[in-house]
Amino acid sequence: MGFTDRHLLGIEPLGPAAITEILDRADRYVALNRDPGRHADALAGATLINMFFESSTRTQASFELAGKRLGADVMNMAMQASSLSKGETLIDTATTLNAMGPDLLVVRHPHSGAVNLLAEKVTCAVLNAGDGRHEHPTQALLDALTIRRAKGRLHRLSVAICGDIAHSRVARSNILLLNRMESRVRLIAPPTLLPKGIEGFGVEVFEDMEEGLRDVDVVMMLRLQRERMDGGFVPSEREYYHRYGLDHDKLAFAKPDAIVMHPGPMNRGVEIDGTLADDINRSVIREQVEMGVAVRMAAMDLLARNWRAAEVPA
Amino acid sequence: MTATLIENARLIDPEAGTDAPGWLLIRAGRIAAVGREEAPPGAEERIDARGHCLAPGIVDWGVKIGEPGERHKESFRSAGRAAAAGGVTTLVTRPDTAPPLDNPEALEFVRRRAAEAAEVRIHPMAALTKGCAGAEMTEIGFLMDAGAVAFTDAFRVTGDARVLSRALAYARGLGALVVAHPQEPGLSRGAAATSGKFATLKGLPAVSPMAERMGIDRDIALVEMTGAAVHFDQITTARALPPLERAKRNGFDVTAGVCVHHLTLNELDVADYRTFFKLTPPLRAEEDRAAVVEALRSGLIDVLCSMHTPQDEESKRLPFEEAAAGAVGLETLLPAALRLYHAGALDLPALFRAMALNPARRLGLEAGTLREGAPADLVLFDPDAPFVLDRWKMQSKSKNTPFDGARLQGRVRGTWVGGRRVHGDA
Repeated sequence: MGFTDRHLLGIEPLGPAAITEILDRADRYVALNRDPGRHADALAGATLINMFFESSTRTQASFELAGKRLGADVMNMAMQASSLSKGETLIDTATTLNAMGPDLLVVRHPHSGAVNLLAEKVTCAVLNAGDGRHEHPTQALLDALTIRRAKGRLHRLSVAICGDIAHSRVARSNILLLNRMESRVRLIAPPTLLPKGIEGFGVEVFEDMEEGLRDVDVVMMLRLQRERMDGGFVPSEREYYHRYGLDHDKLAFAKPDAIVMHPGPMNRGVEIDGTLADDINRSVIREQVEMGVAVRMAAMDLLARNWRAAEVPA
Repeated sequence: MTATLIENARLIDPEAGTDAPGWLLIRAGRIAAVGREEAPPGAEERIDARGHCLAPGIVDWGVKIGEPGERHKESFRSAGRAAAAGGVTTLVTRPDTAPPLDNPEALEFVRRRAAEAAEVRIHPMAALTKGCAGAEMTEIGFLMDAGAVAFTDAFRVTGDARVLSRALAYARGLGALVVAHPQEPGLSRGAAATSGKFATLKGLPAVSPMAERMGIDRDIALVEMTGAAVHFDQITTARALPPLERAKRNGFDVTAGVCVHHLTLNELDVADYRTFFKLTPPLRAEEDRAAVVEALRSGLIDVLCSMHTPQDEESKRLPFEEAAAGAVGLETLLPAALRLYHAGALDLPALFRAMALNPARRLGLEAGTLREGAPADLVLFDPDAPFVLDRWKMQSKSKNTPFDGARLQGRVRGTWVGGRRVHGDA
């Protein structure tokens, strides 16, 4: 069984076969995207609405491009500026948009579970583009695709995720995905940025970065929000960089061919050294962005296949 | 003067700790006689209890009614009906209304509305500080004269120990009971779940169970300092139990309660962000739930209540973090509590000690007993009758119950307040 769900709300419900199917299809879209002459039509005639209740230029652009490359009509709605400020509830907004008959809603929301709630109330497919600190499935999938292309596999790898785990949906989705694909996950963060009960996720936790990076195949850095650097969670930017910022010296503890990843946008000099981020021998940060479009195309394509299959009576 | 005889009953007497067949005679609104042998002749009305349980009516401590301010969520009338249907004969209400009940005039309004709209007994608690804001104490003396049975700021916890210590000292001088919500306010700010693996998996802002321990530690220190009488509204974690046990052993005037939801549900029931399971404090881990059940069984926790908190659909149909907390409980307190009985955790006299006798005693109310001469506040129920709860059939204006669709056992067949039947027929 591959990916048969109506929505893509998180990595949690996905099995290895579903993940593999999405990644395999994404591989094909990588090839297609690199060929300027080719064109896909998996979503021709379909309408996609991007509903972003939390601003994001990069992710929204990635989804928009993915939709357009598949031939969908794409509409972007900046939700902060719209009806929510007039007091309309999330569910009312969703049912209103649903009544306009879109095929796919791509939703980002600052609260965990908000996308699940919305998915219960609409008849079209829903793709979670990040909800609170819960899940960000396409980010984990694009990270997985990047790793698989660089390392040739997703199993039996040692992956270190470093930084603000507590507030990160990217970390949660990645932990779930990498565990499911049978890789080992190490988390590296100061105790203030580790959520309670995280040891229960089958991960190893390190507070010392050099120890945590020892012999890993992949180093995944997370963004540290600026508002968390002023003494609330870590004492200062410079102390954080000293202890947890990734540079060539710390990276030397990882395997010699370890790759460096970052979901973006980066704070150069806070969680990652600028020259390392640009080092094409180690950093795959730009590939991640490219894989993002392909993975989103694959996810949308498969969601479309699933809703078309549901329309035909068995 | 008419007399009513309830015969062929299974009498649940929390005072004697007995559960045995018998009859009960009501005359002039009071319990005239109770017996095990042959029932006396001469009663105008005879009710065959058909072997069902007859117990003191439930005294539900900590009920929120939406008057004043949020009458669309629950009125005195709807709460009264819900209580009667649930076998609750006495409501002890919370003052965290809009505006809060912090002055004698507001209490006068409550007494008038309660008398005209509800058939059950209603005793209000008043705010401990003005506006429940934790800065200045209320007119505790005048409020007692106006009928306040206890003083609390409900779930608003002041971080200012000086304010609280003065209010406690002043309350002690008047013999007033203070109800505290044991919680460290800084740690619990913004929390929607209890911290742990589940909250992390779901990405919910969470509070450590330690915040409850810190709250009870501070409040017990203030009790030691002031000599005040304090009841902790809800103890929901294992870590808060040792300090409670120590305080009781040291002879401090403290008691504690727990809400039925924390005894019968745990954090995993939230599942996929089900907001009807969002409570204050949040549902806890299974180990905490089990520890609190044991504390209720041993008597360390004195009171079992519903913490009835009506919320309308709009305030629950939101992302979990934004949704309002609380659940209605007047109609589900008894069947939910009976889960503990059916699971073998507590017998029926023990349950009614926690749901009727203990709260009545602590609050100085004449209730919670089957003693001759006591007001005939009674509930007749079949503890085994199974049903599936349909929230739309409840009497409460708000339908926010976590037990919607749940299989429960235990139906109320009759409720009497002062000898007058307020629920059930035959």
